[in-house]
Amino acid sequence: MSLTIDKVALMLGIILMLIGLWGGFTQRNLLKIILSFGIFDTGLNILIVALGYLPGRTAPIIDGTVVTAANLASTAIDPVPQALVLTAIVIGFGTTALMLAYALKLNQHKKSLDINQFNDLKW
Amino acid sequence: MRNSIAIVLILVFGIFLFQTFGHYQTKTSLNKTALYYNTNTPDEVGAANVVTAIVVTYRGLDTLGEVTVLFLTAMIVGYILRQGGREKPKKNNTSEILITAANILIPGSIILGVYVFINGHLTPGGGFQGGAIIGTAISLMILADPLGTIQKAVLHLTESISGFFYVMIGLAGILWAGGFLDNRILSLGTLGDLFSAGAIPIIYSLIGLKVGTEISSILAYINETGNNTSKS
Repeated sequence: MSLTIDKVALMLGIILMLIGLWGGFTQRNLLKIILSFGIFDTGLNILIVALGYLPGRTAPIIDGTVVTAANLASTAIDPVPQALVLTAIVIGFGTTALMLAYALKLNQHKKSLDINQFNDLKW
Repeated sequence: MRNSIAIVLILVFGIFLFQTFGHYQTKTSLNKTALYYNTNTPDEVGAANVVTAIVVTYRGLDTLGEVTVLFLTAMIVGYILRQGGREKPKKNNTSEILITAANILIPGSIILGVYVFINGHLTPGGGFQGGAIIGTAISLMILADPLGTIQKAVLHLTESISGFFYVMIGLAGILWAGGFLDNRILSLGTLGDLFSAGAIPIIYSLIGLKVGTEISSILAYINETGNNTSKS
């Protein structure tokens, strides 16, 4: 199995996703959990972008020299994963902002960010 | 005990992912959807950046939904954090270096953000990226002067106006072109010009303004609450 750049990127994405998942499961600090979600997000985005890769091709932007309107279909990579990832990054920002706002509110309430302190629903 | 469950779960997920990875093969040709977009974008949309063409025109409705999600986030963050008053700490202990650097960098980053979203149909970038750069400038401003107030009424007004005109341009597409958010209500122009690709530069500028003001208002709300907790 030859290690091409898309395989390296896929591997990196998978490893980042696993690191994020591990952090989300094992960390006790709310901020670290939110950070883990961010790492998971990043890994997933790298993975999706890597899926659009085609060897020897360039970005889907017509610049008039390398990529022209006529040879776009044979020189550019798949633009759909990039558009999807643009959406995913923005939604990731939204969820992170919401989680941070809740963490701030919880910190005001209990004066702590340790998730073990929030056991009101535990039995 | 809990950690071992986590490790087992991660192992299962990891094995699943690496199994999928093992079956992955580098593609050699575009699939049907990508081929359609790459073949027809120059004629149908007239944007030099195919990703922009997909985000703003082919999948414009999804982008409207995405902007709505961001708007809801800004609203909810504002709602959660507004409860409880603001107590100002006595003195501002930001370092002189940060203040000077911020004063130099803020105008430049705002102009860079505007450049990125106006040229979204020609170069890498666009409304979301430009809005994020403007948000960075506002974040630098808050770091340099945490006690200053940001006029959130202005932010909300800009945001509402851009959102309103975004939907209006979409509706104009139903009346004068092929459908909702069709960019051909204006002439497509020459491929690669600043004023080309129909309504895309206008729509992306509105999205850029909207995203920039939403990020700024989220930052402003979080900053004010942060002052509150550090005091008590």
